[in-house]
Amino acid sequence: MRHLLIALFCWLSLSAQAAVDPALLRQLASEESDDKIAAIQAIAADASPEALQVLQSLADGTLAAPDGGEIVLNNRIRSVLANALAGLRLFDASAAVRLAAAKELQTGAGLDMAPLLEKALAQESDAKIKALLAAAHAQANLASPDSSARLAAVKALGEFASPSARNLLLPLTKEEGEADVAVRAAAKEALKAAERRLALGEALGSAFTGLSLGSILLLAALGLAITYGVMGVINMAHGELLMIGAYATYAVQSLFRNYLPGFVDAYVLAAIPVAFFAAAAVGILLERTVIRHLYGRPLETLLATWGLSLILIQAARVLFGAQNVELANPAWMSGGVEPMPGLVLPWNRIAIVAFSLFVLLLVWLLMNRTRLGMFVRAVTQNRPMAGCVGVHTAKIDTLAFGLGAGIAGLGGVALSQIANVGPDMGQGYIVDSFMVVVLGGVGQLAGAVWAALGLGVVTKFLEGWAGAVIAKIVVLVFIIVFIQKRPQGLFALKGRFVE
Amino acid sequence: MMRTPLAVRFLQATPKSGWLALAVFAALTFVVLPLLHLAVPPESPLHVSTYVITLAGKIMCYAIVAVAMDLIWGYAGILSLGHGLFFALGGYAFGMYLMRQIGRDGSYQSDLPDFMVFLDWKELPWYWAGSDSFLWALFLVVAVPGLVAFVFGFFAFRSRIKDVYFSIITQALTFAAMLLFFRNETGFGGNNGFTDFKRILGFPITSPEMRVILFALSAALLMATLLIGRYLVVSKFGRVLAAIRDAESRTMFLGYNPLWYKLSIWTFSAILCGLAGALYVPQVGIINPSEMSPANSIEIAIWTAVGGRGTLVGPVIGAALVNLSKSFFTQTFPDYWLFFLGALFVAVTLWLPDGVAGLWKRWRATK
Repeated sequence: MRHLLIALFCWLSLSAQAAVDPALLRQLASEESDDKIAAIQAIAADASPEALQVLQSLADGTLAAPDGGEIVLNNRIRSVLANALAGLRLFDASAAVRLAAAKELQTGAGLDMAPLLEKALAQESDAKIKALLAAAHAQANLASPDSSARLAAVKALGEFASPSARNLLLPLTKEEGEADVAVRAAAKEALKAAERRLALGEALGSAFTGLSLGSILLLAALGLAITYGVMGVINMAHGELLMIGAYATYAVQSLFRNYLPGFVDAYVLAAIPVAFFAAAAVGILLERTVIRHLYGRPLETLLATWGLSLILIQAARVLFGAQNVELANPAWMSGGVEPMPGLVLPWNRIAIVAFSLFVLLLVWLLMNRTRLGMFVRAVTQNRPMAGCVGVHTAKIDTLAFGLGAGIAGLGGVALSQIANVGPDMGQGYIVDSFMVVVLGGVGQLAGAVWAALGLGVVTKFLEGWAGAVIAKIVVLVFIIVFIQKRPQGLFALKGRFVE
Repeated sequence: MMRTPLAVRFLQATPKSGWLALAVFAALTFVVLPLLHLAVPPESPLHVSTYVITLAGKIMCYAIVAVAMDLIWGYAGILSLGHGLFFALGGYAFGMYLMRQIGRDGSYQSDLPDFMVFLDWKELPWYWAGSDSFLWALFLVVAVPGLVAFVFGFFAFRSRIKDVYFSIITQALTFAAMLLFFRNETGFGGNNGFTDFKRILGFPITSPEMRVILFALSAALLMATLLIGRYLVVSKFGRVLAAIRDAESRTMFLGYNPLWYKLSIWTFSAILCGLAGALYVPQVGIINPSEMSPANSIEIAIWTAVGGRGTLVGPVIGAALVNLSKSFFTQTFPDYWLFFLGALFVAVTLWLPDGVAGLWKRWRATK
C-alpha cells in the first residue's frame, strides 16, 4: 500500500513537472536565493493547476531537482512561496479555499502579486472575497513605481476601515514615505476616512459591550428590585445567588460531559431551569429561616444578609475549591459576526442580550398578567391594605423572594458565559446592582431596565475614554450627585407616604 | 438660672462607676502592661510579649472605630458601611509622613518613597507637599477624613438620604475610593500601599519603647473617645440626635434642623476613625487599599452590634471579642473563620439585637 502511494506520488510530480517549463524547474534548483524566487514567481504567474502542484510539492519538500538533488529553502523563499501558493489558490473552485487564500494575502502581498490579484479580482464572483482581494490588490500596488497606481491604491485603501489599512496609510502621509504630493494628499484623505469608519466601529462596539454589561446588571438588579420593592429589604447575599446560578451551570456542564458527551453544546439550555430553581430554593430557605424574622428592621437585615453571603461564599470554597472553575462556551456561542470591519459582535454576548430580554419579558408577563404578579404589586404598594383585602402577604413575600433569587440564578447562567466563575464572583456585582436599584427607583421594572442599560453603556463608553477605574469612580460619583436631585430614583411609585 | 459650667457637665456625664473603670483601665495600659513588657525579662512568665502589645494596641484602635460607629449608628440611627474609608484615610495621611521618615534608607536610596522611584517619578506630587512635617501630618489626619465626611454628609443629609439608601451609598463611596487607591497613578503606592516604615520623629518605630508609647496613646485616645462620647450623648445635642433617630419628621416640626445635628456627629465620628487609623498604621506597619474594601467596613458594624448599640462601652467589648476570635480562628481553623463571622452576623441580628451589653443588663435585671 505504502509503496503504491509513493509510486503514485512520484508519477504525479513527474507529470506536473512535465507541464511546467523545464528551464524554470532547473532555475528552482539554482544555488542563488534570488534565482529561486524569480523562478517561483514565474511559475506562479502561469496560474495553471500544474504550477500549483509544483509549488505545493516544493513547499512540502517532496519536489526533487531535475538532477535528483534536494532543493534547499530558506525563510525568505518560504514566505514568497506561501504567498505564491495563496495567490494560486485564489483560482480554486471552492469558495472556502479562495476565501482562506484571500485572507492569507491580507498581509505582505508584494508588488509582484499585483497582476495575479488583478486577474483573480476579474474572475471572482463572491462579494466578500472580492472585497478582500481588492484590499490585497491595493496593498500590493502601494509599492508600485507608478504614482497613478499608488494613487488608486491609496483611494481604495481608504474604503477599508481595517487597522492594517490605517497602518499602511500612515507612512504615506509623510514626506519620507511618499514623494508624490498628490498621493500624499490622497493618503491623508484616505486615512481620515478610514479612521472615521474605525472610530464608528469602535463606538458601536463599546455600545454593544455596554449593552451586554447592562443586560447582566439587569438580570442582577431585577431580582433585587423585586425583593426590595416587596419587602423593603436589601439583600446583600444577592450576588451570592448569582454565584449559585453560575455554579449550577458548572455542575450541569460536568454532568453533560460525563453522561451525555454528545449533547455537551446543549448544557447551557439545560442549566437555565436548574440554576433558576437552585437559586430560588436557596433564596426561599434564606427568607424562611432568617429574613422573615427581621421585617421592619432593614438595617439589621442588611447585616444579616451580609453574614449569609459570607457563609455562602465560604461554602462554595469548601465545596468547589477556592480556584475559579472552568466553563466552556458551547460551540454555537463561540465566534461572532462582523457586520462592519473593526466591529466584531461575539455570539455569547448577543446570546446574553437576547436571554435577558427574554427573562425581562417573562418577568413583565408574570408581574402584569398573573394573579401572583398582581399580589406582588399590591404588597409592594401597600402591605397592610393588601393584607386587609385577603392577600396572604407572608406567602407572597416568600414567593417574591424566591422569584428574585431565581432571576439572580439566571443572571449567574449568563455571567458564567463571559466571566470567571469563582466563590467571590458575586461580590463584584453587588455594588453595581445596588446602584441600578438606587438609580432606577423602587417598585417598577422600567426603572431597573433603564438604569441597568444606561449604566452599562455609560460605563463602557467611559472605560474606552478614561480607563476602567476612573469610569467606575465617575459613575459612582454621578449616582451620588443624581440622588441629590431625585432621591426616589428615576421612576418612583406615585403615591403618598408617611413615616 | 445659671448654666452648669462645661467642665462640671463633662465630669458629671460619666457616672462614678465609669470613672472608676477608666482609672483601672488607665493604670493597666499606662503602667502595668508597659512595665511588664519593658522591665520584666523575656524569660519570666510575667513578661508581656511584643505580639500581645501589638495585638492589644490594634484592638484598641478598632475599639475607637467601633465607638465612633456607635455614635452615629446607635445614637443617630445612621448605619455607615463606609467607615473603613475614614480609618484608611487617617492611616494614609499619617503613612505619608512615615514614608518620608524613611529618608534615604529605602531600597533605592532616594529622597522619594520607593514606589515613586519605581514609577520613575522625578519629584513629589503636589499633595505630598509638607508631608515631612509631623504637625502637618497630624493636621491631615484630622482634616482629610473630616473634610471628606463633611462634604459627603452635607450632600447626603441635605437631600434626606437615609436608612438603607444611605448605607448603600456609603458602601459605594468606600468602594470607589478603594479602586482609586489601587491605581499606581494616584500616588499612594498602588496595591502595595505604604510599608517598611523606619521611624517616627527620628526614633526607630520597632523599638519596644516606641511600641509602648503607641500602645499607651491608643489607650488614651480610646478613653478620651469614651468620655467625650458620653458627654455628647447625655448633652442636649445628644438628646436631639436621639429624637431625630426615633422620629425625624416630628423633630423637624419642633423646629430643629436635622442636617446640622447629623452632619456634626457624622464628621466627628469620621475624625475619630481617622485618628484611630493614624495610630493603627505605625503599630501594624502597613496600610494598603484593602482597608477600604466594603467587607472591612461592614465588619466594623458587626463589632458595634455584637457589643451592643447605644451603649458606648459595648462596642469596645464587641471589637475586642470579634477581633480576638478572628486572631484565634485564622490561626487555628482558617477555613471556618468566614462561617463563624457569617453566623455571628446572623445570630446577633436575630437573637441579640442589644448585643453583649444587652445581655449584661438583662442579667443584672434578673438578680
